[in-house]
Amino acid sequence: MYGKKVKLRFIFLALILASVILTVFLVLQSLKENVVYFQSPSEIKSLIELNKKKIRVGGMVKEQSIFIDSDKVNFVITDFKNEINIVYTGAVPNLFAEGKGVVAEGFLKDKNYFTATKILAKHDENYMPPEVKEALGDK
Amino acid sequence: MLANQIGYYSLILGLLLSVLLCGVSIKDFNKTNKQINQNILSLSFLQLVFVIVSFLSLIVSFINSDFSNETVFNNSHTTKPLFYKISGTWGNHEGSLLLWLLVLTLFIFLFLIKSREQPKKYRILTLLFQQIIIIGFFLFVLITSNPFNYLFPIPNEGLGLNPILQDPALAIHPPILYLGYVGTSIIFSSSLAAVTQNYVTKEWGQHIKKWVLVSWIFLTIGIMLGSIWAYYELGWGGFWFWDPVENVSLMPWLTLTALLHCIVVLERRASLTSWAVVLSITTFTLSMCGTFLVRSGILNSVHTFANDPARGIFILIFLFALIVLSLGIFFIFHKENNKSSNNFFWLSRETSILINNWFMMYFLAVVLIGTVYPIFLDVISSEKISVGPPFYQKLIVPFLIPFLLFMSLGPRLKWIKSKIENKNSLIITFIISVMLTFFIIKNLTADLLFYTVLISAAFFLFFTTLKELFIKKFNNISQTVSHFGFSLLILSILFNSILSSEIITNIKIGERYDYNKGEIFFKKIEERNESNFNSIIASFEIKDKNGKTIELKPEIRIYNQPIIITSEADIRTTLLEDKFLVMNLVKGNEYFNIRYQVKPFMVWIWISVLLLSLGGLMSLFKREI
Repeated sequence: MYGKKVKLRFIFLALILASVILTVFLVLQSLKENVVYFQSPSEIKSLIELNKKKIRVGGMVKEQSIFIDSDKVNFVITDFKNEINIVYTGAVPNLFAEGKGVVAEGFLKDKNYFTATKILAKHDENYMPPEVKEALGDK
Repeated sequence: MLANQIGYYSLILGLLLSVLLCGVSIKDFNKTNKQINQNILSLSFLQLVFVIVSFLSLIVSFINSDFSNETVFNNSHTTKPLFYKISGTWGNHEGSLLLWLLVLTLFIFLFLIKSREQPKKYRILTLLFQQIIIIGFFLFVLITSNPFNYLFPIPNEGLGLNPILQDPALAIHPPILYLGYVGTSIIFSSSLAAVTQNYVTKEWGQHIKKWVLVSWIFLTIGIMLGSIWAYYELGWGGFWFWDPVENVSLMPWLTLTALLHCIVVLERRASLTSWAVVLSITTFTLSMCGTFLVRSGILNSVHTFANDPARGIFILIFLFALIVLSLGIFFIFHKENNKSSNNFFWLSRETSILINNWFMMYFLAVVLIGTVYPIFLDVISSEKISVGPPFYQKLIVPFLIPFLLFMSLGPRLKWIKSKIENKNSLIITFIISVMLTFFIIKNLTADLLFYTVLISAAFFLFFTTLKELFIKKFNNISQTVSHFGFSLLILSILFNSILSSEIITNIKIGERYDYNKGEIFFKKIEERNESNFNSIIASFEIKDKNGKTIELKPEIRIYNQPIIITSEADIRTTLLEDKFLVMNLVKGNEYFNIRYQVKPFMVWIWISVLLLSLGGLMSLFKREI
């Protein structure tokens, strides 16, 4: 009924459509699984249910809270309203210091303890991650 | 002082010349003479000269540490080595925009010289479109980011350049990357001109291919330089972090690569015309979007300099105007060329190139969504999220398998209609690849099935291109070299990620640390003073399981202006593997935090990217020889 060309076009379009739908589906699916949310210590305190997923916590490293031994680093992140204890094994960035902004990525053990798998590096001492700035409420 | 004024007025003169150029070329457009008015060429040259003068005078201000210039004050310091004073010129927002302008004007001038055989109206229109972009950037520089602002009273000392930018790879990374990034502007302008003139033909394809190649080569090498820098300077031992800033450079690269393949079809078969134009427009738009995202401070990175919302808004409006203009032109003027027979068969070179383009678009979609979605979500719901490497790996790596297979088969097909030739030898190559992979993977602790399939596909491409290189010596050698480079790239990345090992520990001076494959001994530290930093150099002795000892000397630098601590990794590179050691200081503590990594085939990643661009280079010079 239709010419060969029309048929070919039709198959072509159908293929494109199918692959677009597949792409969108795949992307959305893995976005759901691989997105990391950012929370401040206060937000964690107000959680009703503990999330098993990886999150990021940001704020200031509390003064005199860093303790280091041969295999781990302990410190406290504060947003001046609430605090959370961090346990971390791994390399710390150079600008990691007391009284400076920090972002830790990892898993919540409970509302007070957080096991970090990564401490995010910053590039200069004046730089404050926007999330941290907001979490601190423009200090 | 003087340099400042020269630079500023040159910029204004450059802008006036832009307006003049538009006027002259519009007048010349309807004249019947065959060649364009010689004045246009001279004016364009003059404009280039003015921008160069302006750029040079900024460099002079930087060399002289002229702190009456605000840009110099913000980004330089008298104790900085001369080399980094010069590279500091483009290591900041204002200077880098001046570099944008320089590349924009340079490319249009080169275009005018190199396109003498092209139709006159097409050349004039290209010039006009390019001048629209140039005027936009002149205004942007002069209004929101003037590099020649005065400071009074004149400060005695500058604020210094961010030390992690004081690095040889990063000194040449911006100019190279810009040649590629901004180079796409000429593709954009000329494709719009070609659309209005209904000139999207084989001839146009042949002519614009060179420009696509030039941008592509520079962009590839520029991305690689940034990546090398991240590898040794950021101290994480990786070379690609799927950071938004990296993604915005990868996106134009993907469309440019798609365009490069699409142009091949265009120059041979005069089909896929609309697609070529769409890709040209998209590529430049993505470059502009990248500039917008990075410069507006929406994405945070080392590329974000002092943020000013006015800048973001300016680029956004300009970007929007360009998109509307280009889409408008495309829909009004574009006619499908039905002269040539558009039909081709399933098994043909055209189809295989279309498949390449589909994959490129898919990769682009993944990267685009991963980059933009967090920003989008932040705006509508103020929820903060980040999309990490697992997202990209999960969505991109599995699709490399069919991509690599098509890449091995596609180039062996002929135009219009084809059969797969030499089936037997292909099957043998395939079996060899699978067996080889199986024996390698068997001894490793990796996901057996998935990696076997993936690496087999990569080896398949590797062997087919290798065979091609030896058998068909000069037939389409550029494409074979590039594809060979790509297979090598995938192989080295895969083996690198499977075989890498890492040890992180906190260690005191004089301590030994034993791990299952050897021993790390922290011998001593030394202090040294340089003009703009003090450094702590540590010596470590690392013994591997064969009892071989190497000494690595990572360094911590404490820069004085601005006060920043950086870690300089020490890397021992051999053809087989990189040994990478970086240490960090924790304030007020006797422990040093060290990270020791063994990264196999690291150097092959860089070599294969060079091969990839070498293929482009060979294609660029093919016809001249």
